[in-house]
Amino acid sequence: MVVYLDHAASTPVRPEVVTLVGALLGASGNPNAVHSAGQKTKAVLEQAREDIAALLGANRNEVIFTSGGTEANNLAVLGLFAARNASANRPLVLCLGTEHHAVLEAAEHLEKTGATLVLIPVTQSGQPDSDWLESYLAEHHEQVALVAAIWANNETGTVINLPKIAQICKRFQVPVHSDAVAAVGHLEVDFGALGVDTLAFTGHKIGAPVGIGALLVARGSKVAPRAFGGSQERAIRPGTQDVVGAAAIAEALRLAVSELPGHRSEWERLRARLIRGVFEAVPGAQLAGEALDSSAELRIPNIVNLVFPGCAGESLLFLLDSAGVAISNGSACNAGVVGGSHVLQAMGWSMKDSQSAVRVSFGVSTTEADIDKFLAALPEAHRRALNAGFTS
Amino acid sequence: MSGGVDSAVAAARAVEAGHEVVGVHLALSRNAGTLRTGSRGCCTIEDSMDAQRVANLLGIPFYVWDFSERFKADVVDDFIAEYSAGRTPNPCMRCNERIKFAALLEKALALGFDAVATGHYAEVREGTSGQLELHRSPALTKDQSYVLGVLTEEELKRVLFPIGASADKASVRLEAETRGLSVASKPDSYDICFIPEGDTAEWLAEKVGVSHGTIEDRDGNVLGQHQGAHAFTIGQRKGLHLGRPAADGRPRFVLEVRPKENKIIVGPHEALAIAELSGGRYTWCGAAPESPLGWFRCEVQVRAHGESLPASARVEVSSDGSSGRLVARLDEPLFGVAPGQTAVFYQGTRVLGQCTIDETVSADK
Repeated sequence: MVVYLDHAASTPVRPEVVTLVGALLGASGNPNAVHSAGQKTKAVLEQAREDIAALLGANRNEVIFTSGGTEANNLAVLGLFAARNASANRPLVLCLGTEHHAVLEAAEHLEKTGATLVLIPVTQSGQPDSDWLESYLAEHHEQVALVAAIWANNETGTVINLPKIAQICKRFQVPVHSDAVAAVGHLEVDFGALGVDTLAFTGHKIGAPVGIGALLVARGSKVAPRAFGGSQERAIRPGTQDVVGAAAIAEALRLAVSELPGHRSEWERLRARLIRGVFEAVPGAQLAGEALDSSAELRIPNIVNLVFPGCAGESLLFLLDSAGVAISNGSACNAGVVGGSHVLQAMGWSMKDSQSAVRVSFGVSTTEADIDKFLAALPEAHRRALNAGFTS
Repeated sequence: MSGGVDSAVAAARAVEAGHEVVGVHLALSRNAGTLRTGSRGCCTIEDSMDAQRVANLLGIPFYVWDFSERFKADVVDDFIAEYSAGRTPNPCMRCNERIKFAALLEKALALGFDAVATGHYAEVREGTSGQLELHRSPALTKDQSYVLGVLTEEELKRVLFPIGASADKASVRLEAETRGLSVASKPDSYDICFIPEGDTAEWLAEKVGVSHGTIEDRDGNVLGQHQGAHAFTIGQRKGLHLGRPAADGRPRFVLEVRPKENKIIVGPHEALAIAELSGGRYTWCGAAPESPLGWFRCEVQVRAHGESLPASARVEVSSDGSSGRLVARLDEPLFGVAPGQTAVFYQGTRVLGQCTIDETVSADK
């Protein structure tokens, strides 16, 4: 039996969602069609939109369905940039160095069209320097197209003070996007109170299938479409909607939000057990992100990033996989090549240490027995990985 | 698992033999997509995916291991440095020596594996005294024992060549097809994997730059110009672009590359004949000959698919005893041998050892 501790990459679809999807797949009718079959489908879509809005403190018109987190993040970065540059020249794009590639590479893509990417400095635990942001905006706000700030980091679990970032940006009338792919379902979300313009999340991190996600777009905020050919989703994201996916993500979100207090306390317990166990098994191991005893608002408890100096993360991954434990490096793969984590590097870790990091992430099905199996397999895997060292 | 048919069938046979097999694809370039995408290389994204699909079909785990920095330092940079020094290196050999049966093998052993299996055509057999020996593949046109000549006794204990005893490539392809492996009809790779389009001279020119020099005969008469000594290799006839024909009207060949003076020396074919070659960087592939300091009979091969010629060889130790070199005296002259090339020593089908050629002695008196 494989111990699956890579829920932050993708978590199994909840049985309730499987049942719902099974029931809905047979239905016919394009939700944009005029006939009653279409209207029936549309009703399912709009119910899902309304449910999601209610669960996340948003207005139902603010929910824009997408194919997932990458599309939602791209749409926000590219769409906000285009809207902000429609009648003015605002070449600067600000984001954290710890962003997911879906934001970082969208911004880098904009650089090819004349934009300039500016990275907001972060501390060793991944917290952005808001004083720096404030003084930067005071000087350059007229040239800034947008600020992006990942809410809960997908590699380290660090949660930033997003309302504070939003507040600063609001003062300078600069729109804010937040990648909330790791946050949604793992902390409380009140979109209206956050003060951000756009917020991206996806289904497969919370128990819905892959292929459905959403971008919350505040009613007063302008996001220019990046695809054309229809007026669906406020014409921000044209194309026939995935109604079954929308219902699935709404149901998964409902479960995640209603069960959150229980899961959070369980994950807190598992996190502490995991970290203590790792420190005991491997005295040189280090925790990346917020400390073990840090305040609970500063992190989501279901993601733990561990650095094992001298070991290649990919060796640990392989050895633990052989021992029946699935974890991840948390960093992007290029043709399967695991590079160093850009997130850890942005937080000030060395290149070598960033290659020695692994991510352990929990889901609703994770038990203490899973943690114990990981801890049991770790010493031997660590011994061998240390022996193998780095090859390149 | 390169993504080609040989390593695919090798993996399938290793699984069938009952080994616990894990598929590993070597990432040899940081920007995999920039290297010969869509063609048959060793390190394209398509190749990696082909390898993975085979692993999926065989039901074995599959990983990509990144050796790009090692590959660049030990193989690519070495290749450029050797050419710049007027030598003719064999990068596949260097890759076997430093990457596949060194860095990869070391990593695999450290991680708990017992052996590295590859899709090479060569056989590891037990000799009469129980020691391991490397032999030519029965598939003589595919035989890769030459590029494996760098393996040492210790390495022979840790390598498996599951298709090494195959009669020919066609049977391996047929087996791949029977097994339902999608790579069954994938074309063979012949070129150097890190050189796109297979144009070595152009690739080198890009790396080392253009540097005008002269082409001269053995008496120092300037016959022509060139754009960089790296583009020439001993024995080369084409691409000299000499305006004037030789006095005797016979074709001229590159006899010598002098990178320091940036000179190419050309002359008649018979001047290419060498009677003796030697190299200080030598290894034994398995047990060393009983008394290597005395002359022993063998055959010498200097190209991957060249013929092997009868010779007498021995190890000569420097007068102070600090260094040695492997020397071969050929029964009949050998033509067009360049320093940097590898000489592999055989006895029948058995690979005895190898040396990187440092010096040659001309047979042209």
